[in-house]
Amino acid sequence: MRFNLSRKRYAMAVDTRKCVGCSACVIACKEENALPLASFRSWIETETRGRFPDLAMEIRSERCEQCTDAACVANCPTGASYYAKGGVVLVDRSLCTGCKACVASCPYGARSIHPDGYADKCTFCLHRVDKGLKPACVAACPTQSLAFGDINDSGSDIAKVLRTRQWKQIDTEAGTKPNLYFLI
Amino acid sequence: MYETEIFRSGFDSSGIHVWGWEIAVYLFLGGMTAGLMIIAPLLSRRVPEERQSRALRLLPFAAPVLLSLGMLALLLDLEFELHVFRFYTALRITSPMSWGAWILLLIYPATLGLGSARLSAEETLSLVSRWPRLSPAFSSVLSWTRRNVEALERLNVILGVALGAYTGILLGTLAARALWSSMWLAPLFLISGFSAGAAATMLLPTTSEERDQLRRWDVMAMAAEIGALAIFFIDLASDGGERGRAAAALFFGGPYTAFFWAVVVIAGLGMPMALETIESRRHVNAAVLAPVLLLIGGLALRWIFVLAGQAAV
Repeated sequence: MRFNLSRKRYAMAVDTRKCVGCSACVIACKEENALPLASFRSWIETETRGRFPDLAMEIRSERCEQCTDAACVANCPTGASYYAKGGVVLVDRSLCTGCKACVASCPYGARSIHPDGYADKCTFCLHRVDKGLKPACVAACPTQSLAFGDINDSGSDIAKVLRTRQWKQIDTEAGTKPNLYFLI
Repeated sequence: MYETEIFRSGFDSSGIHVWGWEIAVYLFLGGMTAGLMIIAPLLSRRVPEERQSRALRLLPFAAPVLLSLGMLALLLDLEFELHVFRFYTALRITSPMSWGAWILLLIYPATLGLGSARLSAEETLSLVSRWPRLSPAFSSVLSWTRRNVEALERLNVILGVALGAYTGILLGTLAARALWSSMWLAPLFLISGFSAGAAATMLLPTTSEERDQLRRWDVMAMAAEIGALAIFFIDLASDGGERGRAAAALFFGGPYTAFFWAVVVIAGLGMPMALETIESRRHVNAAVLAPVLLLIGGLALRWIFVLAGQAAV
């Protein structure tokens, strides 16, 4: 039995060396969360560097970074955006006015407006995690390039992979302390 | 050469463009309201009471009207208008939008109180005779506001400065947008709001003595605004990193260059400043051109900042 005295901190790692950009995570998310037409909570970013024919490409499966100092939570005027279990940033629909301050403040462009008029975002599939399942994107990834878990639990998938691999984070200059890790 | 190209799937890029004309109009009308709240008390101290025009005396009543129009634009921007009351079930100190919402609420009693204190005897009588039942309550309110008119004037100036600065801070805390995340937007929008308030007052039937004073203040405000704009761009290009330079480039060669320089700087600042300077020197009576140009420039400034801020992510 393992004793973990520190607080839960959910995080996700994306293996940029395994990800082929197949979008299975994007579709699994859309289906799991019954997202409306043209609405997504995750996406694929393809970064190409260099000049033909000397090119390097990095493929990243991306979603909300569930920032520890989230700009969206700070800028929310009604308290609709809040930190839930494991530091996951959620939106309380009954408080959201659709003012879009959170959308404007997010350095990652991770939020959108649901047709019903509230701010919509990735929840790290907390409804699945509470049942002991992995987030839909992690479960669906055919190349197993996504790792999820409590970063403060040394036995979790994410803690193990971050101990053994080199990683980076993106757009950290925004100062929001993101919780997505990209294995390189 | 080393180049980087990022392609993003899935997301509809138009979803990233979040704020449109509603916010620009609101920031403009909010700034103008702030200007009126500062100008009404200051100008009525400069001009002796017996020489004041009716427009100046009742100027505090213009503020809640303009602010209500601005708040209507703000309401139209909300994606879920029925939840607008949620702004008043919370006070979030980290969100300028939240404390701004509360400032907006304080402005109504402050401006209406100051305005009512400056009603003439006939105006009071005609109001009271229209609603005789309310006359006891009305006269007790009036006697209170008349006793506290100096405190109300101070409150109007303080709330006016808070409102004018808040319209800039609102964009300034959105760190994700390089163009907006500058604290120079607060003084810039405050000064521009003062200018818009002066322009709006000049369009009312004021006396030439009042307009002379307004022009003197306005020329100083426009000079300060040009200075604030220059400092804003220097700060953005030198201290804003790569993204700051990219945002500044939108106005110096980029897609917003022509509109910004032609409408905001030349038509909205340079021309009214020249016109008002000439009018002051030659003591010619003011034309409507300078104030109208100022108002167009003020609206254009907000509009272009709202749009360009989202173009430079």
